[in-house]
Amino acid sequence: MAQRRDVSIRLPRRKFLTGLATVAAAAGTHELAFPAVVRAQEPIRIGQLIPFTGFLGAIGEYGKQGATLGVEELNEKGGVLGRKVELITEDEANPGVAVQKARKLIEKDKVVAIEGLVSSASCLAVGDEVQRARVLMINAGANSDEIRSKRCHRYVFSTEGCNTQYVSAIGNWLIRERKISRWYFLTSDYAFGHDLLRVARNLLMANKGTEVGSDLAPTGTTDFSQYITKIKAAKPDLVFHNLAGADVTNFLKQYAEAGMTLEVAGGVIDSAYAWPVGESLRGHFPIIWWHELNTPASRAWAARYVKRWGRPPDNQAYGDYVAVHAIAQAIEKAKSTDSAKLVQALEGHTLTAAMDGLKGRPLTFRAWDHQLLQPMYVVAARDKSKWRDKWDIFEVISEVPLPGESLETIAIPKAESQCQLEPLA
Amino acid sequence: MTVAVFAEFVLNGLVLGALYVLMALGLSIIFGMLGVINFAHGALFTLGAYAAFQVKDALGFPATLVVSPVLVGVLGMLIEATLLRRLYLQDPLQGLLLTFGLTMILEQGIRMVWGRSPKPFDVPPAFTGALELGALTYSKYRSFILLSVVLLIVALTLFLQKTPIGTIVRAGSRDPMMVRLLGISLRPVLTLVFGLGTAFAAIAGVLSAPLAGVQPAMGVNVGTAAFVVVTIGGLGSFWGAIVSGLLVGQVVSLSIYFQPRAAEASMYILMAVILLLRPRGLMGERWEKFE
Repeated sequence: MAQRRDVSIRLPRRKFLTGLATVAAAAGTHELAFPAVVRAQEPIRIGQLIPFTGFLGAIGEYGKQGATLGVEELNEKGGVLGRKVELITEDEANPGVAVQKARKLIEKDKVVAIEGLVSSASCLAVGDEVQRARVLMINAGANSDEIRSKRCHRYVFSTEGCNTQYVSAIGNWLIRERKISRWYFLTSDYAFGHDLLRVARNLLMANKGTEVGSDLAPTGTTDFSQYITKIKAAKPDLVFHNLAGADVTNFLKQYAEAGMTLEVAGGVIDSAYAWPVGESLRGHFPIIWWHELNTPASRAWAARYVKRWGRPPDNQAYGDYVAVHAIAQAIEKAKSTDSAKLVQALEGHTLTAAMDGLKGRPLTFRAWDHQLLQPMYVVAARDKSKWRDKWDIFEVISEVPLPGESLETIAIPKAESQCQLEPLA
Repeated sequence: MTVAVFAEFVLNGLVLGALYVLMALGLSIIFGMLGVINFAHGALFTLGAYAAFQVKDALGFPATLVVSPVLVGVLGMLIEATLLRRLYLQDPLQGLLLTFGLTMILEQGIRMVWGRSPKPFDVPPAFTGALELGALTYSKYRSFILLSVVLLIVALTLFLQKTPIGTIVRAGSRDPMMVRLLGISLRPVLTLVFGLGTAFAAIAGVLSAPLAGVQPAMGVNVGTAAFVVVTIGGLGSFWGAIVSGLLVGQVVSLSIYFQPRAAEASMYILMAVILLLRPRGLMGERWEKFE
């Protein structure tokens, strides 16, 4: 679909573009004529790739708002290295388009770093591209373990948690509550879902549970009734879903609509897709951040976000916000915008007081796989009678690992990782 | 598979098929009368759901089933009267390009007006829960969808077969020249038919809203499926659209049982097979005006 659209846009545009060519050329020479001093004060540009269309489209809007708020905060404090920060956002759409947009950000906009990404498929493709171009990228939204393991790259860091971190968090709760028994898996049929299924299966097998069924559903599925009928017939004790985006909304709504009362848990949840489920929401999920987390920094930021955008931030707004600040911290630490120096600055970097990750404990990028170590939160759907407002759909059950425990316990162990970072140059 | 599970699969397939039928009927009467393949059908489906979302709190769910299709139908008539009408004598590709462009404008317009986040749309309270049919329990709301679609098909059939305008529509889709020679102006009828077709897309959108989330891309898959259904049924064929919609619903539903990974491909495989065996579709006829 997207391919076709490109073609149909290009045709009528061509005439328009040739008409503009002279104007653009004039503007180009004008810019070149600026003295070098002024050019040094050019803003620091950060590129953002985030989905605005398709089944992950709603997350993009939050991601953009979160990153924008981060950039505004930096500029209010005088920018980074005395230079203004500018955000350029592009639609990641699908892996092919995402790579093209990454090239555009690198070659045309000359961005210092790229952040964002939500689809694991796009993130893997863009990761290969930035490694070739030697430009820093911070993955703020893609979960596949692969991104930090088999296909990790020297120039790619992740502030987003990986599937292992998420599943360990929910697994922790499931084991404690003795919910490891007979599971049914329902999985999104793409990179993210497959990876999540693998991790969740390992968890189930390691705890001697039984898999009573497993289905793959294409992304963008609107009718889950057949899957739900199959689940009902298989009579599992728990439905474990590895779905993403709008599919989560549809599945959870239809699950309730079908009168299902079986326990549901998920490998991950995006609040942007849980909110529209409304009162029929049920289940337990791991989430990277929730706007009612009880830390002063979280509360303050959520309040600033509500003031700026008129609604509470979701987990993706948080992710992109953290990524923008991490890039700024790297630039400050390296006193440079050279990507190789930024990579060195971030390896083993602990987020500073300027923006510490809002979780009330120090968060550090592991040097050997570039994953930001951080706690996850297990949340449960809250009964509608206890809502303060329509955003109040979850209650936080526990922080995993508990405060005081090592953040390494839920991350991919070094012995199991296949990550081999490339040399810097 | 027990009998109850099988019955539920068939029912789920029927509901899925029923929504395809609504979409395909709209496409089909538009194509039959105007000779235009309305690419914007999926976007109008989405618009129908959003229109319902907008008015449901003020008017209640039942009213949205009337208000939304009327609004979208009027928009459809405006589109026909201002844009589409100019293209009838041009290359058919022009109509396709126009409606394709409209799809993008509508989808982006929806994003600008309502934002990118999905909107909550709960199953109306009167239809929550399940019906007990002997050993079988089935969702009240899905049963309501089935009933609504049956009533709409009956109403459309009566309109086409028993009313004077319906007679003009049927005659006009076979031989517009002859209708004109009889002194009947087709212009208002063309506008009406396009409006009617888009109103059907809107009703499908409203009926889907409580099940599938209301979000800007919700019409993409359904829109594509509707084209497949129309192609299988035979372009412009009324009963073809109905038979083929129900068939595709069953094929998709049962392939989820046996081979879920092939569910999305199954309707295309069915289309390929049917086109190989019968290029004009299941009930497609020879139409003089398209020869």
